[in-house]
Amino acid sequence: MSAAVTKIFVPRDSAALAVGADDVAAALQREAAQRGLAIELVRNGSRGLFWLEPLVEVATPAGRIAYGPVAPEDVPALLDAGLLAGGAHALRQGATDDIPYLARQERLTFARMGITDPLSLADYEAHQGWAGLRRALALDGAAIVQEVTQSGLRGRGGAAFPAGIKWRTVQQTAAEQKYIVCNADEGDSGTYSDRMTLEGDPFMLIEGMAIAALAVGATRGYIYIRSEYPHAIATMQEAIRRASAAGFLGASICGSGHAFELEVRKGAGSYVCGEETAMLESIEGKRGVVRAKPPLPAIEGLFGQPTVINNVITFATAPLILARGAQFYRDYGMGRSHGTLPFQLAGNIKHGGLVEKAFGLTLRELLIDFGGGSASGRPIKAVQVGGPLGAYIPASQWDVPLDYEAYAAMGAVLGHGGIVVHDDTADMAQLARYAMEFCAIESCGKCTPCRIGSTRGVEVIDRIKADQQREQQVVLLRDLCDTMLHGSLCAMGGMTPYPVLSALNHYPQDFGLAAVQEASAS
Amino acid sequence: MDDLIRELLAAHPAQDGALLPILHAVQERLGHVPPAAVPLIAEHLNLSRAEVHGVLSYYHFFRSTPPGRQVLQVCRAEACQSRGAEALLAHAEQRLSCASHSTRADGAVTLEPVYCLGLCALSPALQLNDRLHARMTPAKLDALLAKEGL
Ligand SMILES: Cc1cc2nc3c(=O)[nH]c(=O)nc-3n(C[C@H](O)[C@H](O)[C@H](O)COP(=O)(O)O)c2cc1C
Ligand code: SF4
Ligand code: FES
Repeated sequence: MSAAVTKIFVPRDSAALAVGADDVAAALQREAAQRGLAIELVRNGSRGLFWLEPLVEVATPAGRIAYGPVAPEDVPALLDAGLLAGGAHALRQGATDDIPYLARQERLTFARMGITDPLSLADYEAHQGWAGLRRALALDGAAIVQEVTQSGLRGRGGAAFPAGIKWRTVQQTAAEQKYIVCNADEGDSGTYSDRMTLEGDPFMLIEGMAIAALAVGATRGYIYIRSEYPHAIATMQEAIRRASAAGFLGASICGSGHAFELEVRKGAGSYVCGEETAMLESIEGKRGVVRAKPPLPAIEGLFGQPTVINNVITFATAPLILARGAQFYRDYGMGRSHGTLPFQLAGNIKHGGLVEKAFGLTLRELLIDFGGGSASGRPIKAVQVGGPLGAYIPASQWDVPLDYEAYAAMGAVLGHGGIVVHDDTADMAQLARYAMEFCAIESCGKCTPCRIGSTRGVEVIDRIKADQQREQQVVLLRDLCDTMLHGSLCAMGGMTPYPVLSALNHYPQDFGLAAVQEASAS
Repeated sequence: MDDLIRELLAAHPAQDGALLPILHAVQERLGHVPPAAVPLIAEHLNLSRAEVHGVLSYYHFFRSTPPGRQVLQVCRAEACQSRGAEALLAHAEQRLSCASHSTRADGAVTLEPVYCLGLCALSPALQLNDRLHARMTPAKLDALLAKEGL
């Protein structure tokens, strides 16, 4: 009789790999073999508790037990301590599901994340996979659109436009060929939930895009993934291959007669290609320059045909909505922000990681209750929410509920849910300068306020910092921001003033101006 | 080299939107997209040379000249900045005697800033050749570079 095989999980998520997950996996294989221990190593996705990565889990009769962060050199001692039976060790975090950071979340879209082997169709099926697609196959297009509309799902890529309305437009526009395009460009600093999905639960995205295809009558789809994400590209390509071989994609989805072919397109290092019309240009093989709207992509999109273009998380939410029903999803959240958002804690934060919660919690809860304060142990000074085009939020605004409308009301955005924390050593004038510099580097060049204004912005901030006619230059900076806000074709030039003005308004002392109170707090 | 490019082109039918995949294929094989490839690609896709050149030069990822034997990319975006990315990049410049955005004269290394590797919860982050590294410090970077003979 051979000894029972113990399942051990070591993530294959890029962030886990970047802190040595492969070396830990190799050490486990090697040590277990030397000791004659029978293990089955599963390369799962990440749970998103990144400060614990590499997080090793072992399956025991009492459930999965977590250890982290594990270094390769910890492996012998862990095995000595009875790792395979969930033994006691300084790195032991207890039952994974009971780790407070995870237990307090409302994981709907990320329910499978870190639990399954991302490329195992059997695992996916065993964890509610394809249930949404199977339900969609029993409905007509209008009914699928209705379900998504009813759920209140709004685009998770930034602009928060209702997904159902977009899908309905494409569904009702007659055309020979329609397309589904997934925006996996995720260029925002502080965001990684798309990457986690592509690497950690790729079939969920495939299922969501197939549901969209059924809803609108599209037969071709593209996933545009940024070149900075090679692991995501490889995983997605393999997932498409496996899903096609199993009949979930191809000439006849699940034998239904509906065709849907899916292809990965690799970006090439351009932030503005995350803007949907620039992305369409890029897929068409052109420079990724923003198109003027109208026409809307829903009516004239890829190759001039009606196109649904949504973010990864938007598509990835569709399977759950179809499987559990619109009302189930709609009941989460507050106001007109329904459902959950995978918030992404990043930067100078002790417990950086992914927190999926219903809209309506506050930044303070995320920063303190989940994040545990700054990583440096110093007071948190400024928090940029919503990516590089998002505002810096001072402590006085940390109790505003995270809700699209509440944030808009204070001149901020939730964007893709990225949260970047800076401690009191941050120089906000420098960060404002960086925002302008980033816009200058990444501008597509189509309109003047963005193309030229960003370069002028860098110069003006340099003069403010050097105290050359400071007061006058501040007036000029505000004027310039106003021009960019109102005169830009897309949000690149149109929102760069958000980080710049919020830095100036809340942290004037960093620009050499008289300080306001309350700018810094712990 | 022309033959190699023709071989790559043969694998990519001249369908709509084939240009980026072709540029990626060429760069993957040769490490860059040499100027000599431009007329061949243009002819294959029935585009003007100017159009191909315009696309090639628009995207940060594509190179027209070969990179160094090793490539170090340091993230400069906000989440990494909040944990010392600027100092890390400055350290790399000094340690490698190589300015950012350039290839060292001996061709050993190219140093480039990047804007987010999606590792922002474990910042600062960088990529050395094909491997990602996070929770970086100047000392850890020195050890990495030493291991690669840099
Ligand atoms: C400069 C710029 C960059 C953008 N980058 C992204 C991105 O990386 N990912 C994304 O999903 N949306 C991005 N967007 C928003 C898209 O234009 C578009 O709103 C989104 O893909 C629509 O999908 P959704 O409705 O599911 O959010 C960007 C917009 C702008 C103006
Ligand atoms: S705002 Fe900037 S990125 Fe957007 S269209 Fe104008 S130039 Fe291009
Ligand atoms: S900001 Fe550096 S990895 Fe995202």
